[in-house]
Amino acid sequence: MKIAVVGDYDSILGFKAVGLDVCPASGADEVRAVLKRLMGDGETAIIYITEQAAACAEEEIALCRDRLVPALIPIPGREGSLGIGKQRVKSSIERAVGADIISGTIREA
Amino acid sequence: MAGTHISPTRMQLKREKARLVTATRGHKLLKDKNDELMKQFLEIVRENMKLRIAVEKKVEALHRSFTAASAAMSPEGLDQALMLPRQSVTLEMTEKNIMSVHVPVYSFHTRLAEDGGILPYGFANTPSELDDSVREAGDLLSDLLELAAKEKAASLLAAEIEKTRRRVNALEHVLIPQTKENIKIISMKLAENDRANTTRLMKIKDMVLNQAHNYE
Repeated sequence: MKIAVVGDYDSILGFKAVGLDVCPASGADEVRAVLKRLMGDGETAIIYITEQAAACAEEEIALCRDRLVPALIPIPGREGSLGIGKQRVKSSIERAVGADIISGTIREA
Repeated sequence: MAGTHISPTRMQLKREKARLVTATRGHKLLKDKNDELMKQFLEIVRENMKLRIAVEKKVEALHRSFTAASAAMSPEGLDQALMLPRQSVTLEMTEKNIMSVHVPVYSFHTRLAEDGGILPYGFANTPSELDDSVREAGDLLSDLLELAAKEKAASLLAAEIEKTRRRVNALEHVLIPQTKENIKIISMKLAENDRANTTRLMKIKDMVLNQAHNYE
């Protein structure tokens, strides 16, 4: 199975060198089209997506959420972290527990 | 239960009692499942949060060093240098069962095209910053993979916990009280019928005795 990285070209170039499948996409429509293709091919197990790209493809991310494959993981893009990744962890805590009881107790290492 | 009609028969009473037993057992089981899921979830999500903070820092550092590298060379040169990666990554995914929730476990293999390191370019036309950032990206791989596994597990477990909690609540606050109420209604109705029958028999006995022997 494959690991894909989605985002603007500059942010994901680095992952190309280590052998991941990079799928450059800029703009909401392009990101969505790329995600749809990756989610449909059945070969891609993990999709890393820059937070900047993740921000414009909420629907696709929600679709992946309860599925085993693929795992859509937001990572910070070149412009830095938007907090979407942490927000996702928080929201799954809220979903399970009802309130965020964890993130306050973890200090930045 | 208000609204629906239940027939006050012994048959129905038996059925409702069996339902109560099943519902109570189911409730206990689901509650235990939920507790265990929650325990596992909290463990995983705590690690997930820590890992995410660490990985985000590393990714940002990676971006910084790539920016530094790309500043030292032309965009075309950078493209060219990284165009043909020497390392390929294949991912294997197996499933782990946590309380009947299937979560992914990833393992990956990197394969180098030939001997001589991960760098896909010659040293002549590239700055040393690029070497560092490519190595950094390579080191990041296992952390990223672990993050993916933890994060997927956390979100799948969260969904399962939500589902189980709804079931527990539905049993606890709807089905079990309803069944208890039904049992109560039926047994009261049966007792009432019984009493009615007894008094009727007493009355008939009086009437029959009266007819036969003129007892008063």
